[in-house]
Amino acid sequence: MTLKTISIKNLLRRKGKAGFILAGLVIGVSTVVGIMAFVDAMANDINHKLEKYGANILIVPRTENLALSYGGLALGGVSFEMKEIQEIELARVKTIKNARNVAALGPLVLGVVSVDSHKVLMAGVDFKAAEILKPWWHVQGAVPEENEVILGAEAARILNLSIDDKITIKDKKLVVSGVLQPTGSQDDQLIFTRLVTAQTIFNKSGKISMAEVAALCKDCPIDSMVKQISDVLPGAKVMAIQQIVKSRMETLAQFKKFSYGISGVILLIGSLVVLVTMMGSVRERTDEIGIFRAIGFRKGHIMKIIFMEASIVSGLAGIIGYFTGFGAARAALFIFTENHPGDVPFRFELAVGAVVAALMLGLISSAYPAFMASRLDPNEALRSL
Amino acid sequence: MSYIIGNNLVKKYGEGEIAVSAIDGINFEIEEGEFVGIMGESGSGKSTLLGMMGAMNAPTSGSLMVDDIDIYSLSQEQRADFRREFLGFVFQSFHLVSYLTVIENIMLPLAIIKAGKKKKRAMAEAAMNQVGLSGKAHRLPSQISGGEKERVAIARAIVNEPPVLLADEPTGNLDTKTSHDIMELLHRLNDEGMTIVMVTHSPDCAGYALRIMRVTDGKLVDDNFKLRSLKRWLKKEKSKEPFPNQNQVLVAGSLPTG
Repeated sequence: MTLKTISIKNLLRRKGKAGFILAGLVIGVSTVVGIMAFVDAMANDINHKLEKYGANILIVPRTENLALSYGGLALGGVSFEMKEIQEIELARVKTIKNARNVAALGPLVLGVVSVDSHKVLMAGVDFKAAEILKPWWHVQGAVPEENEVILGAEAARILNLSIDDKITIKDKKLVVSGVLQPTGSQDDQLIFTRLVTAQTIFNKSGKISMAEVAALCKDCPIDSMVKQISDVLPGAKVMAIQQIVKSRMETLAQFKKFSYGISGVILLIGSLVVLVTMMGSVRERTDEIGIFRAIGFRKGHIMKIIFMEASIVSGLAGIIGYFTGFGAARAALFIFTENHPGDVPFRFELAVGAVVAALMLGLISSAYPAFMASRLDPNEALRSL
Repeated sequence: MSYIIGNNLVKKYGEGEIAVSAIDGINFEIEEGEFVGIMGESGSGKSTLLGMMGAMNAPTSGSLMVDDIDIYSLSQEQRADFRREFLGFVFQSFHLVSYLTVIENIMLPLAIIKAGKKKKRAMAEAAMNQVGLSGKAHRLPSQISGGEKERVAIARAIVNEPPVLLADEPTGNLDTKTSHDIMELLHRLNDEGMTIVMVTHSPDCAGYALRIMRVTDGKLVDDNFKLRSLKRWLKKEKSKEPFPNQNQVLVAGSLPTG
């Protein structure tokens, strides 16, 4: 027989009350865990989706010239007549501290060419990187091989060209292997070819006009990545596409703020449930506590009994709450998202956090009832019998 | 030197003009191994006096010494320790913890002492045997009779072998036969050396005490009330009752005819 026996037996006797406290805490903990896991998963999901918007860092030659526009975004000093970046230097980007956050690195050679008396912007690109950098591209036909090109939808219409047509650019015969479906961007106006082909046409072997970087920035500060790339490419100007970065960060921040706010309210309600129920329980047990005190239990022993009961219930609530919240988050994700159903990773720190938070909540909320119980005067308590 | 000494004990409830004296300057001495009964009318202050001896009800003034310890000079927590070490309590209405089994109720005072599981169990079983409760260890209080509940309460009070047992109306809720058994049990414990102080209304129970202290209006009117005096006093008390017994009522009325 120990104080633990008394706590456990009392909980078993007052199953209803213990169940009520347990339910209150489980609802609180599972909601918080559910929201946090859901927000976390949603953040991943949003990040995945945002990454589909392509590049978020641009590397352009350092220049004092006026800015040009590309893709509706201010790019800074891209100038075809200016000095270019050496393609080989780009490899240094893979050596930066956050290199693993670089999802794709797409070098680009730009130049103006004449096709049937039309001046057209031609871009040499790395089509493998373009799959990540320009996920909105849908090519009718095939991705170009050497000496092949694909045309933007608008360029194909104006130049009156279609798949398998032949064009000559700077005495080089090229075949149209595909046409881009309309993108609504400046890409509709361009002719695209392989990087090497463009470098040959523009006589810019081993040089590039600019490079686009898709950085996965859930866990990395993009400004820091910009600095890291600048450090390894001192001759280039590196900049983040602020609109995309800001929208990502703001969305995540809003989600987090919302989740913390809801969590706080729910935890407050949970702690009130524990407080009120424990107070009721202490009042009901006045006689019992009076007997304990009369036979020599110290105040500390009474508090220990109450705290032990709170610990048992809240620890259990933490465990049940975590798994319930985890399951709820998976279900919610399955219902509310399309691409990542059930993609809620088990997070050990969240599980431990849930149990610790439930324990803290239970103990803090029980502190006042335990204090009141310990202060019961045995003589007064027994007189009420 | 006496074992329990009450020195000019006063207990007042309220303050100023509305103050009520529950105990009004009581002095007494109880020797080690004595069996003392405390008698008095309802509200006379006998339970308050017992509460004082139990280190649970501090006097407004005066002192109470037990085994040379001035009980009310101790802190509340020290008084709790004193109750655990020195006193066993038997309450008026058993006051068992309903969700604990018989043996768990008996082991309650042992829950806070440092001893192994086996030792605690052995102590509880010894107390159970002493009060004649063998075979009922795992029953709940709701599954045993009133007499058995009283035995559990006594076993709980003596499980840690305290030198003093305080009993407040230990037979108040029991029939005559069971009351007699319980009193025999207390008598035996006293024979074994335990000091017993018992509050009772019952002259039969009081008859088991070696000495009777009579309390009226918070004053100790007799410190050594002998059994013969007790019977005389009881007779006087009974005569004050409007219907002392059924026979008198029948004699005073008219019996139905035909």
